[in-house]
Amino acid sequence: MLSRTADSLFWIARYMERAENLARTLRVTDRLSLMPSTAEADGSEWHSTVVVSGCEEGFYEKHEEATPENVISYLAFDPENPSSIRACIETARRNARAVRTALTTEQWECLNAAWLALPGWNEARVRGSGLHRFLDWVKDCSLLFTGGTVATMLRRDSYYFTRLGTFIERSDNTARILDVKYHVLLPEHAEVGGGIDYYQWASILRAVSGYRSYNAVYREGLKPWLIAEFLIMREEMPRSLISCSAEIKECLDKLAEEYGQRHECHRIAGQNYSRLRFGKVEDVFRQGLHEFLSEHIEQNDRLGVEISRSYLM
Amino acid sequence: MAQAIFDEMGAPGSDVRLAYRTLQTWLDETPLEILTLRREEAETFFRRIGITFAVYGEGGDPERIIPFDIIPRILEAAEWRQISDGLIQRVRALNAFIADIYGKQEILQAGIVPRDNVLLNDTYRYQMQGVAVPHNVYTHIAGIDMVRVGPEEFYVLEDNCRTPSGVSYMLENREITMRLFPDLFSRYNVAPVDHYCDDLMRTLTSVAPRNCPGEPTVVVLTPGIYNSAYYEHSFLADQMGVELVEGPDLYVMDDVVYMRTTQGPKRVDVIYRRVDDDFLDPLTFKADSALGVAGLMNAYRAGNVNLTNAVGAGIADDKAIYTYVPKMVEFYLGEKPILKNVPTWRCGEKDDAAYVLEHLAELVVKEVHGSGGYGMLVGPKAAKEELELFGARVKACPEKYIAQPTLALSTCPTFVNEGVAPRHVDLRPFILSGKEIKVVPGGLTRVAMREGSLVVNSSQGGGTKDTWVLKD
Repeated sequence: MLSRTADSLFWIARYMERAENLARTLRVTDRLSLMPSTAEADGSEWHSTVVVSGCEEGFYEKHEEATPENVISYLAFDPENPSSIRACIETARRNARAVRTALTTEQWECLNAAWLALPGWNEARVRGSGLHRFLDWVKDCSLLFTGGTVATMLRRDSYYFTRLGTFIERSDNTARILDVKYHVLLPEHAEVGGGIDYYQWASILRAVSGYRSYNAVYREGLKPWLIAEFLIMREEMPRSLISCSAEIKECLDKLAEEYGQRHECHRIAGQNYSRLRFGKVEDVFRQGLHEFLSEHIEQNDRLGVEISRSYLM
Repeated sequence: MAQAIFDEMGAPGSDVRLAYRTLQTWLDETPLEILTLRREEAETFFRRIGITFAVYGEGGDPERIIPFDIIPRILEAAEWRQISDGLIQRVRALNAFIADIYGKQEILQAGIVPRDNVLLNDTYRYQMQGVAVPHNVYTHIAGIDMVRVGPEEFYVLEDNCRTPSGVSYMLENREITMRLFPDLFSRYNVAPVDHYCDDLMRTLTSVAPRNCPGEPTVVVLTPGIYNSAYYEHSFLADQMGVELVEGPDLYVMDDVVYMRTTQGPKRVDVIYRRVDDDFLDPLTFKADSALGVAGLMNAYRAGNVNLTNAVGAGIADDKAIYTYVPKMVEFYLGEKPILKNVPTWRCGEKDDAAYVLEHLAELVVKEVHGSGGYGMLVGPKAAKEELELFGARVKACPEKYIAQPTLALSTCPTFVNEGVAPRHVDLRPFILSGKEIKVVPGGLTRVAMREGSLVVNSSQGGGTKDTWVLKD
């Protein structure tokens, strides 16, 4: 297939996944800000959301303060923010239009419908309870796209490039959610297990749809190191780093099988996976969770670049 | 030429014409609310599938839907046979003409077409002189615009030999009509059109370049998503199962064209290009074109790739050349032309110019190189100032204009806000030329949705209709 087509498929999936993760993060932030026990946190959850989405620089160039209105406007609708939900959906749909023939009807119609409905959402409409309707809608669009991909796309190169986009993006997003929350929400002297802490850790889990799953797996209450283990090393958790790594490795293996050739990206993917598969969570904490996650994000970026070098240009 | 307007269903008060009788019964049975509902369904369908016509830079919705009229136009088998034979004949002559121009130029030597009209024409490409193309075919996909003024009277309004668009609407219109009105459709015996893309693919592979190493690899080259016909480009690539490429996806090495794929370079043999000549190769034509491929012309001349339609094919569809097409039919084929041209005055010729200036208010005046209904004067509809303005333009630069009588374009029943009413239509059938010539029965009917309007161009608010050719 054309390199440009593969590149577009990869990025359509990345942008849809990014939109979904932004929606999840905004939703959790909003929920957190409603907790009376966090009133003294000065809205720091809105600031941390800006950080988690990697938009700190751009945001503070435009806004002085991370008020709920400013953050929602910037992360959801701002056309100048290339990672806003609107920009993600528009970019995904523009890419989709350029490679329509490589998409299934279901995928195209989902992206096209999302794009057609987009102008109906704006700052005014998401005030109050509108916000949740909007975020649910974004999540639905992404889930429909991902589900449509799995259910309708032929299992060959185009499918694996699409899936690679999803998992590279998800791996990055999960690591960021865990990293930033860890730093922002767990100041050195905070009492672990207090009311604020509990909701904040719970919010991390909710951001990755893992709150109920966590309880099903551990049954011993929320514990930071278990939550970290859950999101880093548990393969049964579909948004964990190891799950993403396993999927990435699998997709790349399938491509190597189809094309009869392996590249540098295969080596990095194997290395990433082994580190998670055979590492121990104690070592992660010994190294420092933040250091570990930063390294993961960096490795993940490198992998993305290598995939692009091998196939997409 | 008959001046009374011919209605293809039958003038009010007179008998409904044979082909339309079943439709009339069906219209009588079907309440207007149902038609309204169906029209909304059609629009939703077009939007959802993304069948749009992109108009960027004019404000408003950048991706518009061409209005689709739900009432089909119906042609009898015998009517179609005459059109179809005429089209094949005409396209054979057009191809022979282009081959001759870039070859021996016999028609110029015979003095039938004036030398300056060709060699000084903007659409003439001297780079093609002496270049051999497979099977001597230049216009592989031609769209011939026709109008009807009476039961037996069809005229060719314009030949489109470069990159005629609209065929995707012909195909999608049929899809939607069959979906919306299965009951009506089944009461007729309509010749199918859905094999068009197979025919197109066969046409393209039949003109593989002489150095093609095996089964030819075909691609569709598009200027990209901002092109007004982008939907069609992607539709055709998809239907043929070939790659839709943009300029940067291709490169030329040692006079061979390759596309960049996930498995490395892949050789390309036939390019159905929907990019204009000027933008094809920055080394030969416009140097700043980012839509083309550097070195493409060298690969083309070396016989390593074929381009459809051929570079320079536009010489045959120039409005100044149009007037000579009937003579081409006689010159190259030794046959009498089956299809008639609309009588045309060439303002470049003194007597003609004088006549045109005197009769501006009765004529349609067109720019020789214009298209899409832009730069055109419809005399009877024009205000006095407009007539004066145009008259001055013709005087200043007469060779840039031609004039034709205002034709009483036929009308077809059309579902508009006021209900079902007659509206003017034209017809663009598509002719495929490779090793052999094929025409799918039908074409794109364009309809002027405004009462009395004669301008059917989609850029000017025209709509489309499904076109049924009945089988015997």
